[in-house]
Amino acid sequence: MTAVLKAQGLGKRYRRRWALSDCTLDIPAGQVVGLVGPNGAGKTTLLHLAIGLLQPTTGQIEVLGDRPPANPAQLARVGFVAQNAPTYGGLTVAEHLRLGAHLNPGWDAVMARDRIERLGLEPRQRVGKLSVGQRAQLALTLAIAKKPELLILDEPVASLDPLARRDFLQGLMEAVVDQGISVVLSSHLVADLERVCDYLIVLVGSRVQIAGQVEHLLSTHHLLTGPRRDPARLPEDQHVISASHTDRQTTLTVRTEGPIHDPAWTVSKIDLEDLVLAYMSRPADAGRRPALEVQR
Amino acid sequence: MIWLTWRQFRAQAVVASGALALLAVAFAVTGPQLVHLYDTTVATCRAQHNCSIAINAFQGEDNFLQNLTRLVMVAGPALIGMFWGAPLIAHEVEVGTHRLAWTQSVTRLRWLTVKLGLAGLASMAAAGLLSLMVTWWSSPLDRVGAGWLAPSVFIDRGIVPVGYSAFAFALGVTAGLLIHHTVPAMAVTLAVFAAVETGFALKVRFHLMPPVRLVSALNMGWVTETGTGGLAGHTSFFVGITPNLPGAWISTSEVTTAAGSTYLGPVPHGCGANYTYSACAAVIARMHLRQVVVYQPASRFWTFQWYETAIYLALAVVLAGFCVWWVRRRVS
Repeated sequence: MTAVLKAQGLGKRYRRRWALSDCTLDIPAGQVVGLVGPNGAGKTTLLHLAIGLLQPTTGQIEVLGDRPPANPAQLARVGFVAQNAPTYGGLTVAEHLRLGAHLNPGWDAVMARDRIERLGLEPRQRVGKLSVGQRAQLALTLAIAKKPELLILDEPVASLDPLARRDFLQGLMEAVVDQGISVVLSSHLVADLERVCDYLIVLVGSRVQIAGQVEHLLSTHHLLTGPRRDPARLPEDQHVISASHTDRQTTLTVRTEGPIHDPAWTVSKIDLEDLVLAYMSRPADAGRRPALEVQR
Repeated sequence: MIWLTWRQFRAQAVVASGALALLAVAFAVTGPQLVHLYDTTVATCRAQHNCSIAINAFQGEDNFLQNLTRLVMVAGPALIGMFWGAPLIAHEVEVGTHRLAWTQSVTRLRWLTVKLGLAGLASMAAAGLLSLMVTWWSSPLDRVGAGWLAPSVFIDRGIVPVGYSAFAFALGVTAGLLIHHTVPAMAVTLAVFAAVETGFALKVRFHLMPPVRLVSALNMGWVTETGTGGLAGHTSFFVGITPNLPGAWISTSEVTTAAGSTYLGPVPHGCGANYTYSACAAVIARMHLRQVVVYQPASRFWTFQWYETAIYLALAVVLAGFCVWWVRRRVS
């Protein structure tokens, strides 16, 4: 499969602070990719680099085989909804669709109108009067109706209530299934993404901690419980992500490709939320570099 | 992109057109009256030898509209910079819609050029129209006024308002781009524009062309005042002239001795508190004084207009170029 997004040693510095450093990724097409990390981890920076709103300080990024923002043709292939789903408050819903039609050669007017109708949005309504959820839906409509191959959404559900959140993700998934587009969406809550993602990137402290297929991540991470012991004495191929100890017991989150034979451990399955939390609670500079990283 | 730009600009355009239309109506109603008044008073005053009274009365006509016109011409470009220029980008960045615009299938270079081009041309057109109306309406008044080169009149006539507008607009856009907040950007636009325009009028305009330097024997017809000065009223003496150069922009006019230094007295015999003005004038006429007048003749009005307009347009182009550069590299 071809890559929708490829990054190599990608970094972005604002003045003296690195918002993103040494980011190497290779995201295959046809996936719904979740980008998870705490606030300020660099998620928005990575997404803005991908859509070409920012230029990298170091390294390279390729989106759909081109360096963003290459040209109108490439812009047409990528849909984007920025954080808080900005829209023109003074324009009506219909005028937003007109805007989309004017600015995008591949605009699907029928689909856009259908979607607005299904959402129950009044075309003559001023967008400034819509609810936050309706605005997010309108922004998503604009991004989808340009018929992109890749859809990038920056914290699309952060400001939505649970019901709007469900509706939004449902609408998104319908579009993904209908059109077969790849999606990258970010959130600081893995719970938002759990149900929709095939692929997960965990970004903490400006660095990619881990990236991979959700299934693969779940099958290579284990929760070990056993009598108290030093995690440093684990076999070579077992990487400790997080460890907690009581007086007599040790609990570890471990990544390993192989099976765990040590009978002292009780091995249990880990869920995605605990897996992400294990990476998030790790000090930013701790542990090995992520498995996908290439040394430069 | 043109449709979106127009749609976003529509409200401001409507307000400005409304204001222009109101002014046009006021001018259309009062303009012919002004012409008629000129024909019946000033044009015929020479026959009746009471021209200064007639002119004074005529100039006092439509004082309200005259003052309003002056205000509009001074404030117009600044308002364009503040209300058309500053929000153009600042408002989008403030609410984040630039991220929506820049991720449609249109490059931000095109986005900016269309916005700058359309609103910039509208700014220039509005100023040009305004100047045309004012120049037409004021023409009877201008025939008896201080002339078009007078600093207070120069900026209200001809083509310079177009240059001011273009510059103020580009300045507003630039301020908005750098500050990212509409209201502070408007304030900065106003302050910088006022400073540039004032500085230009006071320090630069006169030197756009080398002035004419008239040095000649004192023309007694130009002498308008004499007087004593200094301690006890008799240490120094001055002769003041008002050169009769219609419409000229005079920077200095002074009376010098035959040797060329400024004439400062002493009080000549025949002048002072105890003598009549005509006696004193006769004395001065025999003193071989000279006059030095530095001025820009009225005939240079259009040359000055073209120079100044070109300079302001060039500044606007530089600012617009900076905006393009900045939008392509810096904003996200």
